[in-house]
Amino acid sequence: MKNDPAIHVENLTKMFGDFTAVNSISFQVGKGEVFGFLGANGAGKTTAMKMLIGISKPTSGQARVAGFNVRTHAEEVKNSIGYMSQKFSLYNDLTIKENIVFFGGIYGLPKSVLKEKTQALVDELGLHDHADALVRSLPLGWKQKVAFSVALLHNPKIIFLDEPTGGVDPITRRQFWEMIYREASKGVTIFVTTHYMDEAEYCDRVSIMVEGNIEALDTPNKLKERYQVGSMNEVFLKLARNIE
Amino acid sequence: MRTIIFLLVKEFKQIFRNKPMLVIIFMLPIIQLLILANAASYEVRNIRFAAIDADQTPYSRELVSKFRASAQFDFIAMYPSEKMGKEAVQQGTVDVVLHIPQNFERDLQKEKKSQLLVTINAINGSAAAVENIYVTSIIKDFNKTVQVALRNAADTAQKPKEVIAIPLFWFNPELDYTTFMVPGILVLLVTMVALFLAGMNIVREKELGTLEQINVTPIKKHEFIIGKLTPFWILGIAELMVGLVIAKIAFDIPMVGHPGLLFLFASVYLLVVLGIGLYISNFTETQQQAMFLAWFFAVIFILMSGLFTPIESMPVWAQVLTEFNPVKYFVEVIRMVMLKGSSLKDITPQLVKLGLYALVINALAVWSYKKVS
Amino acid sequence: MKRFRGFVIKEFYHIFRDKRTLVILFGMPIVQILLFGYAVTNEINNVDLAILDKSKDAETQKIIHDIAASKYFKISDILEDEGQIEAIFKKGKVKAVLVFAPNFDKDLITNGSAGVQIVTDATEPNVANSVSNYLSSILQKYQTDINKAITIPYQIVPETKMYYNPELKSVFMFVPGIMTVILMLVSAIMTSISITREKEMGTMEILLVSPLKPHQVILGKVFPYVFLAIINAIVILALGFFVFKMPVQGSYFLLALESILFIFSALSLGILISTISETQQTAMMTSLMGLMLPTILLSGFIFPISSMPVALQVISNIIPAKWFIILIKGILLKGVGIVVLWKETVVLLFMILLFIGVSIKKYKIRLE
Repeated sequence: MKNDPAIHVENLTKMFGDFTAVNSISFQVGKGEVFGFLGANGAGKTTAMKMLIGISKPTSGQARVAGFNVRTHAEEVKNSIGYMSQKFSLYNDLTIKENIVFFGGIYGLPKSVLKEKTQALVDELGLHDHADALVRSLPLGWKQKVAFSVALLHNPKIIFLDEPTGGVDPITRRQFWEMIYREASKGVTIFVTTHYMDEAEYCDRVSIMVEGNIEALDTPNKLKERYQVGSMNEVFLKLARNIE
Repeated sequence: MRTIIFLLVKEFKQIFRNKPMLVIIFMLPIIQLLILANAASYEVRNIRFAAIDADQTPYSRELVSKFRASAQFDFIAMYPSEKMGKEAVQQGTVDVVLHIPQNFERDLQKEKKSQLLVTINAINGSAAAVENIYVTSIIKDFNKTVQVALRNAADTAQKPKEVIAIPLFWFNPELDYTTFMVPGILVLLVTMVALFLAGMNIVREKELGTLEQINVTPIKKHEFIIGKLTPFWILGIAELMVGLVIAKIAFDIPMVGHPGLLFLFASVYLLVVLGIGLYISNFTETQQQAMFLAWFFAVIFILMSGLFTPIESMPVWAQVLTEFNPVKYFVEVIRMVMLKGSSLKDITPQLVKLGLYALVINALAVWSYKKVS
Repeated sequence: MKRFRGFVIKEFYHIFRDKRTLVILFGMPIVQILLFGYAVTNEINNVDLAILDKSKDAETQKIIHDIAASKYFKISDILEDEGQIEAIFKKGKVKAVLVFAPNFDKDLITNGSAGVQIVTDATEPNVANSVSNYLSSILQKYQTDINKAITIPYQIVPETKMYYNPELKSVFMFVPGIMTVILMLVSAIMTSISITREKEMGTMEILLVSPLKPHQVILGKVFPYVFLAIINAIVILALGFFVFKMPVQGSYFLLALESILFIFSALSLGILISTISETQQTAMMTSLMGLMLPTILLSGFIFPISSMPVALQVISNIIPAKWFIILIKGILLKGVGIVVLWKETVVLLFMILLFIGVSIKKYKIRLE
């Protein structure tokens, strides 16, 4: 049990009618790993991720997340994971504090812990002056940081991040990755999709999805070696071009 | 249970933070209750009346003056020609035209019989029927006095037999329409607020993307539905309370039965309406679709509730359909309790039917909420 | 202009791609008009009636038989004493009780008159009133029958002509009303939602920074709905004509023109609502909660406006539906033309200008 991977995927497939969005992908993510899940728009990243977090039923294949089968034990999976979606998804008409209390409450955190966590979170993000401001009024970068922290509230073993830094300025992006590393150092597994190839370099391993298939999966350095290029960006372009 | 409380707190904060919405939820129904209660009456009043008197005799003038004196008729004009009367009906300025032909008085005295022509704008058929009754009864009254005056010894042949019908209007002897309409309109307003709010709610979170965030939490399906249903349930009960207070203060509507009975029924009723709303919300993809469906059902529920037109008049198949109309039951029960003082036993059939309805529709609502697509 | 055309085509595509919305938009009005055309009527049919016959003679039997034979009533209960009346009303099914006085036939023969009480449950005054009137007229008929042998001198016989609707069909009243309610709500809700949706999703700003002019954006959004509403109007009128045998006495051209005018007034009201609402939610609640009951109750659809208190008659003037109902009944049933209907037409035109004017003003304030 101890050596079980955090995420174990075998021949996972999702079809929408005739269209194969995810075509029999298989991979493993180890505990505490920062795993980059790359691919062009429409390559099937988000669909694959939705199956892993238990809100979309696989057409066929198996996936175990935190030791639970996503098909049969979706609710147990949900208890062990955190998720931050591509679409900003905190409540705009609630304050930062209220959002934290609400989501924490739904995950069943006891009152004392909720209070503690809220305080710690506000301290950590330096949002004292804004804790009671409606989320609507915050800049996007702050919102994303709050959303990330909310996804961490219940101490999940694995965190799924769907393009967490889309539309955010470089400085905030950097801060964001610092937060990601801090969590990884605590042993949390990170599963992240991104468009930014420089961010791919920060990952322990990356997979590149093209048209529903995983075309490559390795550490960034080994991938660059294999394709004999200098950056992840070029790796990505090469793979995408091969398909066309 | 704790999860549900967190959901409730969140929903209430969202509701009370949206000020324009609060105005719509509370002020709009109150204003409408005050205004519309007086609108919905089949009573036919202020009938616009015109006459053409081609006879110009004491009798013809007296007949016209009877109409002028009547409370139901608003005298508009005397027209010199039939053509002008026709035009007035066509333009919609007059509802009833009485045409007294030439020789009206002479025929009555000589031929012992006389004719009159009455023209009624009958587009509103039921109003026309009532207008006809009013017209006929004035003419009949006039006829009686004339008969008494003209009758001589030779004519006293036989007295006609008469059936005297005395109408008695129980529970509401003055046929006061507001007493009847206020409770009914209150039901409609509470229903619309509950149905529309619930109908938009989940699909709104779908559109904004927050539902996905909820779906990745381990929340149970029934917890979610209960958490969504309860705030609107409380809101609906509050709305009903406010409405009842207004009914008492502004319209002096009696409360013959026990108010507790009314709230008991309302609590089951709201579960049905909210369940329908949430089911619609789960079933649709956008708020626009949800609102059209909610609107579709709201119009059907309202027009087939028996409030504005009687259910007994509908064809049998339509009457069967109304069995599935929750509004029908509440309109019935609110009147039974408030005006007739019906007891729990009297309203048990409706209560049981709605209870079953609530179970089925909320089971559907829970089932149709899919955490996994 | 080319850009504008592209935008309109995109909007059309947006609506027509979504099959479910299309089914809802076209299917619902059809279902409603068919359902209500048959079911919503204020004629009295098959009303449950109870009898309390304290005389039980041949004459009362005859009257009871007459009543049972009419399509208006069905006799559901026979009562034995007055105490039962209240109980049967409380159950709610029986709407009226006909009470014959003791010795009904003897009174009729010896005194020349006999008494009947029509006891109605007046918690529903509209029904009570109609039921009472219908029963009275059956009794009246009975009275005429027994007096057939006697000729009464000095009779005034009124001859009544029912104009435009000689059979007093309530469908003539309700089909135009239903059409009005459907067109009003569908048009107003559709526009108000589609515009606020862009606002809420943040896409409105994108449209406004595009080379399209603001009024083009609004027009482009509204245009497909004009098209949809016109199709709905045609379908409803066709159903009224073929299924409910509504006559079209007046000109088709005027009918089309006035219908379009009304659709425009509803759409511009929708635009106005969208300029004052920030979210789809408020837009919908305003258009649904604000328009539904007033359109049904203050338009003359079911209840005659002339019988309402003066204050309400004044308020009814701001309801666009009221004017359209006058127009459509005038064209369909009376066959009158613009010479008679110019006033209502001008009112609708004025309303459109007003709604659009206020919208533009609100909109400008927002942009500044």
